[in-house]
Amino acid sequence: MAYEMRKKSLMNSSSRRIIKKNIALYLLLMPTILYFLIFRYVPIYGLQIAFKEYNPFIGYKDSPWVGFKHFQSFFNSIYFFRLVRNTFLLSFYSILFGFPIPIIFALFLNELKSEKFRSVIQSISYVPHFISTVIICGLIVNFLSPSTGFVNAVIKALTGNTIDFLRKPEWFRTIYVGSGIWQQMGWNSIIYYASIRAIDPFLYEAADIDGANRWQKMIRISLPSILPTIITLLLLNLGNIMNVGFEKVFLLYTPNTYQTADIISTYVYRSGLVDQQYSFATAVGLFNSIINLLLLVIFNSVSKKASGESLW
Amino acid sequence: MASINKRNDFFQIIIKIIFILLAVMFLFPFVYVFSASFSSPVAVAANPILIFPKEFTLAIYKIIFKYSSIWTGYVNSIFYTLVGTLINITFTITAAYALTRPELIGRRAIIFFIVLTMFINAGMIPNYLLVRDLGILNTRWALLLPVAVSQWNLFITRSYLEINIPNDLHDAAEVDGAGEFRYFFSVVLPLSTSIIAVIGLFYGSGHWNSFFNALIYLKDRNLYPLQLVLREILIQNRVQVETSSDLGDTSLAKLGVKYGVIVLSVAPLLIIFPFVQKYFVRGVMIGSLKG
Repeated sequence: MAYEMRKKSLMNSSSRRIIKKNIALYLLLMPTILYFLIFRYVPIYGLQIAFKEYNPFIGYKDSPWVGFKHFQSFFNSIYFFRLVRNTFLLSFYSILFGFPIPIIFALFLNELKSEKFRSVIQSISYVPHFISTVIICGLIVNFLSPSTGFVNAVIKALTGNTIDFLRKPEWFRTIYVGSGIWQQMGWNSIIYYASIRAIDPFLYEAADIDGANRWQKMIRISLPSILPTIITLLLLNLGNIMNVGFEKVFLLYTPNTYQTADIISTYVYRSGLVDQQYSFATAVGLFNSIINLLLLVIFNSVSKKASGESLW
Repeated sequence: MASINKRNDFFQIIIKIIFILLAVMFLFPFVYVFSASFSSPVAVAANPILIFPKEFTLAIYKIIFKYSSIWTGYVNSIFYTLVGTLINITFTITAAYALTRPELIGRRAIIFFIVLTMFINAGMIPNYLLVRDLGILNTRWALLLPVAVSQWNLFITRSYLEINIPNDLHDAAEVDGAGEFRYFFSVVLPLSTSIIAVIGLFYGSGHWNSFFNALIYLKDRNLYPLQLVLREILIQNRVQVETSSDLGDTSLAKLGVKYGVIVLSVAPLLIIFPFVQKYFVRGVMIGSLKG
């Protein structure tokens, strides 16, 4: 009996201690939990206006339901195909040309004998990543200007003509993808370079003894060793293919180049915040998010099967 | 053996040259703009091909010196960056610590609650309507609160704390009678300075570089951050220069101002970059351990 009571009071004191601790921990968590509730979950609740005729004076809850009306009018709009195509192609070309380059960059960094030289090159290559999108786009506009731009001055010296790059729809994707490669190749190589450095040096020594040259070592040892990293990142990129960096397009496009440059998110901005068709724009944005989520789930499960790596 | 060495040397020279060319490509735009900003706009417009300043002059910076919206933007951006980062770090480190404690009831549920928002994002319009309904549209809060925590930074902080602060320390502190708060402030925080530096830099550069929230949430020009002023000048070509400026011609003065503001906004970053870049790289490495 006494033993029972002692056990009970011990349990009480330990559970009281756990509760006391949890109160402290929840106090520490409180700001962040509130942040996610208010700034991340309330907007998700607000997504219902995609299925309603939202009237700011009535509010979310009492605005009348209209079902899939906004989705239908988006699918039937003359812009639908163009927006989906542009969104897809900007990403697709970015991956096609931009994905392999950091890998090659990392493989060759690894060939450099001088550690000092290599780390200076690496630091320099990270710089563009930290420059704001506004400045990057400002540089693009400046360098490509037909009258005072450096690029056109060179073209003019060589051919006598100038090209108004930013007003020509056929140039938009090249400019977008090319500047993206310039800005991100160094930064994106960090992870590949780190995985190359983590390879067991014994593998290279063994290859040396077998008389392998540097290309053989690169292709037969380095590349296969970082293949899981490559596959994971590739599938992640593919999962995000309909999720295009909005800001750069927004800053660089003009009505002249909508034909190739207008993407779903810029269209959401114009129809929602400029024309204030809140419900319609929310529906278009929701369509884009659902496609994104589906692609991410699909490619993540492929990644899990292919390399055992997955996001969740 | 000698021939292999020679071939190796040759290969090293070739790839060094290629890497030097790449480095030039990364830096050239900045060198060019820097030189152009100290040149006479007349000379730049006549022949834009240059590497060093042409007809050296400070005329451009004299105009910028009097350009009040640039300086208002500069001060505002410093404010948003400092206050915003302080909020970010406070929220992130406290939550990250709490999420490392195994005795936290509902830990997995809270993590799930946060992770879910990485995949389901309501998007531009519902976020805008929320900011409007909270009544913080066109206030400084609109640039601080909606970006108070980033999930990625929260999770790299949590993995850092899990790996670097042994559980034994917590047990020892408990034996000494220290409560959770005491332990957090006197043990966890002092041991977290390097992760605080990492996330502080990520958050800080995010604040300094962002323009889009300011574009949709702010109307009052006195609240504009630098990036929004830069957008007007560089992208929209809306440059306000007096016709009686030192450069005479307005269109040349406008061109010059563009070079000068790029230098002014990139310079602080390039100056501190060599000292802090290792923290950024460290952040990526911690992130990749537990993706």
